[in-house]
Amino acid sequence: MREEIIIRVGAKFLAPFIIMFALYVHFHGDYSPGGGFQAGVILAAAFALLALVYGLEAVQKVLPLRFTRMCAALGVLIFAGVGVVTMLLGHNYLGYNALAPDPTHPEHGQHYGILLVELGVLVTVFGVMVTVFYHFAGRGRGDS
Amino acid sequence: MSIVVDIVLFTLLGAAGFALLKVRNLFAVVMLAGIYSLLSAGLFTVMDAVDVAFTEAAVGAGISTVLFLGALALAGHHENRPGHTPLLPLIVVVVTGGALVYGTMDMPGFGHPGNPVHHHVADHYLEESYDEIGIPNVVTSVLASYRGYDTMGETTVVFAAAVGVMLLLSGARRPRSRGGGGGETAGEGEGA
Repeated sequence: MREEIIIRVGAKFLAPFIIMFALYVHFHGDYSPGGGFQAGVILAAAFALLALVYGLEAVQKVLPLRFTRMCAALGVLIFAGVGVVTMLLGHNYLGYNALAPDPTHPEHGQHYGILLVELGVLVTVFGVMVTVFYHFAGRGRGDS
Repeated sequence: MSIVVDIVLFTLLGAAGFALLKVRNLFAVVMLAGIYSLLSAGLFTVMDAVDVAFTEAAVGAGISTVLFLGALALAGHHENRPGHTPLLPLIVVVVTGGALVYGTMDMPGFGHPGNPVHHHVADHYLEESYDEIGIPNVVTSVLASYRGYDTMGETTVVFAAAVGVMLLLSGARRPRSRGGGGGETAGEGEGA
């Protein structure tokens, strides 16, 4: 597959759009279907596509296994961290109203809270999917 | 029109399911599983569960197909015939399926607006979420705000799953190195 020029060019052409779509799905999740989980999967799919066409080594230069493993843990930390921050601000755990810049409109804090925790979901799902893919795709070869 | 779409989708879903059972070439099985997921996503869309459909299409038809292909590259493309007769599993499946169908007899009608599931907390979410949360997509408000703890638990589960896969697969990298020492050094080298 790595010698097919149409697939190589096609994958290179598609990947940025897939990544853009993933970000759209995340940031537009308040208004349309989708959210952090779907966005993370789509983002991971972009790198899986590149890895299938260009090989695992080429993609791991851009996105090392160590980084994706860190992402998997970082996302949970972001999610749980938002809860800790809201507690420090004097509200319940994950009580996003604490994040509102204007205390007369506490529901505005929900926007920020949801966006942040969904970012945590995105980072974890992306990291997990790519890590699992690396492990499956890299196994059975000598080293990768 | 919707009923035609339902019938077509369910027919194709059934056909894909039976083909999955019959086909012995695992590459074809992986492709059929992807098609099965995509058809399910279509059904979810017909049922207005677009968020679920989106997830099913992205995860079921997308990334898991890729992961299955990765597993196939390790396991080979052909499924061996089972050594036992399929009679006992068939009986178990028929009895379990019959019990499940019998169980649905007592369930309220599908999609009926008076069903208890639509009136426990759903009324509150649908009527108040725009004032309380301020975003139009109720699914997102329920997922990330009303049920934030559950979503955090799910995220942790996804993370734990990855830890499990890493523990299982990053040990012995080379299929031939059975010895514990060789596997550990390979794991350390990869982790460094």
